[in-house]
Formats: sequence, C-alpha cells, structure tokens
Amino acid sequence: MVDPRLEVIGRRLSKVDRVLAVASGKGGVGKSVISSTLALALSGMGRRVGLLDLDLTGPSTHLILGVDGLRPIEDKGIIPPRVHGLSYMSVVLFSPEEPIPLRGVDISNAIVELLAITRWKDLDYLIVDMPPGIGDEVLDVIRLMDSSYFLLVSTPSPLAQETVRKLLLLLLELKAPILGVVENMAMETTEGVKRSLEELGVTYLGAIGYDPELDEALGHMDKLMRTKFAMDVVKLAEEVERRIHQKIRS
Amino acid sequence: MHEWALAEGVISTALRVAIEEGLEEITEIVVMVGELQQVDRDAFLFALEQLRTQAMRRARFTIEPIPARLRCRVCGEEWFFKREALDVDEAEAVHFLPEMAHVFIKCPICGSPDFEISEGRGVWLASVRGVRMVG
Repeated sequence: MVDPRLEVIGRRLSKVDRVLAVASGKGGVGKSVISSTLALALSGMGRRVGLLDLDLTGPSTHLILGVDGLRPIEDKGIIPPRVHGLSYMSVVLFSPEEPIPLRGVDISNAIVELLAITRWKDLDYLIVDMPPGIGDEVLDVIRLMDSSYFLLVSTPSPLAQETVRKLLLLLLELKAPILGVVENMAMETTEGVKRSLEELGVTYLGAIGYDPELDEALGHMDKLMRTKFAMDVVKLAEEVERRIHQKIRS
Repeated sequence: MHEWALAEGVISTALRVAIEEGLEEITEIVVMVGELQQVDRDAFLFALEQLRTQAMRRARFTIEPIPARLRCRVCGEEWFFKREALDVDEAEAVHFLPEMAHVFIKCPICGSPDFEISEGRGVWLASVRGVRMVG
C-alpha cells in the first residue's frame, strides 16, 4: 500500500520560489503575528506571497488578518482564497469556530493532505506559520518541504531563548536551512539572544520592539500596518530579502 | 474537483512503482478508497481516465471502497462512519480534510472526539499490475 499524496506535494509547491517557515520552540513569542505581518510586508514590497497556517490545533492568522467566512475554492484540488493580496490557507477554511482536537498521527495526516491538495499559484514567498514546539509539524516541514528556510522567533526571555536553542540544535543536526533568528518583544538592547546565536553560528536578523498598541490593531489591516511593530517587521522583510539573495548567490 | 488532486497522486505513484518494478505496460491499478473522505467514485474515475498515460493506455482502474472504522481511545468503542451523521457543511469539510472528523464526530458511547481512524481514512494505491520488460 502506497500513499499517493506524497508523490504530488513537490508538484504542488513547484511554483513557489521559496518557503519560509516561521517557528520557535516556545509558544506566545509572536510567531503568528510576525508571520502574518511579514507576509503583508513582503506583499507590500511587490512580492507574490502566500500564507499557510500550519498551527492546526490553534490557528490564529485569520484573527490577525481579520478574515471571516472564507471557504475553500475547489478546482482540481483547492485554490487558496485571496486575503489582503495574500494566497491564504488554514484549517479555519474547513472548521471556522470549533476546536480541532488532533493527535500526532492526525496532525501529520492533515499536513500531508493539505500539502497534496492545495494548488499554490506562482509565489515569490510562501510563509508558513508553525505551531510551537519541536513536534510533527516541524518534522513534516523538514520531511515534505525540504527546501524551506527556517526563520526563528525568540524573545529576551531566557525561557524562549533556551527552547529556540534546542530547535536550532535540531535544525542544525538535520541540516535544515536556517535564515536566522528575530528577537521579538525587545524592551531594551539585549545581548542574550545575539550571544547564544554567535555560539551556534546562526544569523541574528534584528529586533522587533514591544508594542503595547499591537493587540488593539489585530484584525484591522490599516491599523496593524501603521503600528511600530509593523514598521519593525517591514525592516525584517527587507533583511529577509537581503539574506535570501545572499544565500542564493553563495 | 478535489478528486482530481487525489487522482494525480495515484497516477504519479503508479508510474513510479511501474518503473521500480520494471513494468513496460501497466494493465491494472487497484486503488483503495476510504469511505470517510466520501470520494465521488465517478469524478475520481473520470480524473483517472483523463490523466491516464501512454504506459497505462489499456489499464483497468479498480476502485475498492473501504468502510471507515473508528475506535474510541477513551472507552474502546468501535463503530463505522455513516455519512448521514454529518450535515452538508460538515461532510464537505471531512471530504477536503478527513481529520476534520475529529471536529464533527464523537464516540457514540462516551462522547469523546479522541478516536482513531483505524481503517478507511483516505486514498491508497493498493497494487500496480503489468507486463514486465523482457531482457
């Protein structure tokens, strides 16, 4: 018995120039809001961008983007609906309100199914919002989307730094491409994140300041993109472009 | 047509298996289709026919439906999935993503959504038969 879905995943992603998985070992560090805002920032720079929410049991990018009532578009698979200029895919297309209780094997199966049936059009970037932890989703992205770059999110908290360090160790061991680490919720100049990255030879992509007005702007695109947070993410988007081009050249 | 995406996977995988097994012509492709996903048999067959390649020009497509057997991880109850248990939107969600069953289906005895899908989840390539290359 052979699973035929695995055969077509590469083809489904063949029109995507690069996949950027936004991950962190820790929850609550701002992965989803950075993923969503980074996708919008890159789109604002004229890039063709998709956003895939792989946090299957706790999706939240739809709340950040302020979208409601989205349905899958069926055409020889599923065409991701357009949201604020982004091609968008999330399990909320299938279950908007209800909790989705899934164990590991189900998560893995759902990821394979989503990747096998979603027909991404020509994209410069597919941003993947990863769930916290080093579980099925991270391992499946490494297994199934093997040219993905990982962009990790940390914070000045030593707890976040330690979990990010563990994820980095795993990615380095598995030789998964790492774009770098961004420090979120930075209050003042902190050297902790930079120092721990230097030890591992991983790039520090910059800091995003703590913005007390961010929560109020979630779901409202005009407000969101005017926050200090979004301005820092625009700088991150420029840094991402620079680093990607460097990696392509080297 | 979501069935098209699944059929593409079947055709690609069958071609790979045929090459690995040294088949110069494929005569039969057997696909097992779990009832949980509610694949439309006619739409699926149509897609397979449209995607048929030269190496499988005379191949017969055999589709074997597999009842979806569910087993509760809490109380051990086993039962079979019934399409009628879902409304139209729920059935469509499970059709696209069978794991959505955990949202809409509960154990008939204890009410838990924590069950395993022990059989009949999705689409599987069961066998590829054909004529082997000589020499």
